Amino acid sequence: MPMYDMNKILPGLIIFAGLMTFPIWYNSGNAGAVPKPEKPTNAKECVRPTDYMRTSHMVLLNEYRDAVVRDGERGAIKDAGGVEYDEKSLMLGCMKCHVSAKKFCDECHTYAAVKPYCWECHIQPKETN
Amino acid sequence: MDSNRRKFLKLAGLGAIAGVAAPSAFNSLLKGEAIASSGGHAESAGHGGHAAAAPTGKQYGLVIDVKQFADTPGLGEHCIRACHSLHNVPDFGNKKDEIKWIWIEKYENAFPEHSNYKRNADLHKMPIVTLCNHCSKPPCVRACPTKATFKNKDGIVMMDFHRCIGCRFCMAACPYGARSFNWRDPRGKNEIGKPFISRINPDFPTRTRGVVEKCNFCSERLAKGLQPACVEAAGGAMIFGDLNDPGSEINKVLSEKFTIQRKPSLGTNPSLFYIL
Repeated sequence: MPMYDMNKILPGLIIFAGLMTFPIWYNSGNAGAVPKPEKPTNAKECVRPTDYMRTSHMVLLNEYRDAVVRDGERGAIKDAGGVEYDEKSLMLGCMKCHVSAKKFCDECHTYAAVKPYCWECHIQPKETN
Repeated sequence: MDSNRRKFLKLAGLGAIAGVAAPSAFNSLLKGEAIASSGGHAESAGHGGHAAAAPTGKQYGLVIDVKQFADTPGLGEHCIRACHSLHNVPDFGNKKDEIKWIWIEKYENAFPEHSNYKRNADLHKMPIVTLCNHCSKPPCVRACPTKATFKNKDGIVMMDFHRCIGCRFCMAACPYGARSFNWRDPRGKNEIGKPFISRINPDFPTRTRGVVEKCNFCSERLAKGLQPACVEAAGGAMIFGDLNDPGSEINKVLSEKFTIQRKPSLGTNPSLFYIL
């Protein structure tokens, strides 16, 4: 099978492949700026260990939602250090310590490119600054 | 091998008989049980007539003294404002999109089963404040395909807005019109830039477009030991309490006063009672 214009096609293909894979090799070995969610100033420990919260806070939020809405168990929750929080609630619990959704939630969510729809109904605390 | 074939046919025949007989014998045993249990049912039904089965757990209810609402102009509206501002109920400014947790109905619309023939004129002017009946047999709960609406342990017909898919089966099922659908984004603004929720209460979520909403009997306030917002605003014109607690104030009122329910013949067992 004869091949015409090999001297043009081959370099063209190489340039095309190079351009298409540019984002991959340009960013290789670089995970981008690591998100730095703002830590609360009024508490040292969360309701669960940090590792658990980092990976599974959405599971916990779903558990709280079911407990509150389905079973009416809104009650106080204790953290590992025995500190009590008022309510199993995103707006009235979590966000009392993590006062800024922008500086806490969005930091990681933007980085991980996830778009939870919590704030379509729940109300973010007012951003101060 | 004649004898072998004969043996095989015998066994096959026996097997077939056993296969037919065993399930029917089993079924008749099951039926025996069913007869026994239905007998029990008949007994309890005979006991209570049309009343519900023995009450278990709480069933919150409300007595509404319509006379007091008629005597105090604006009291009903005051209750509505108290509820709607607390729960971030949007005002879309037209009847078609209206969202209501508690509202005022005309007598003839609230009680269509009662005769309107030669009723006195005052009755038709009476503001019938009405809200979700928190029925003990709620048809909306049966209609909901996702269990987004359900009966909680306090007898409140609750909504889990997270689960609502906006099919509106519950709205079709509710005979009291107590459910409203968010056709528009409740956080939006009208043509002249006025937000549908004039002042958002930061302690209660809003809803989103495509979700059905209704009165929750202020379950968030009950958890704190408070009365529902409408009851608090009504200042004595509404009595709230547990219908299953024989010692509760609401039961005392119900035993003393003549009250009526909305559309009782539908068998939903509504928990709202009206003194007219």
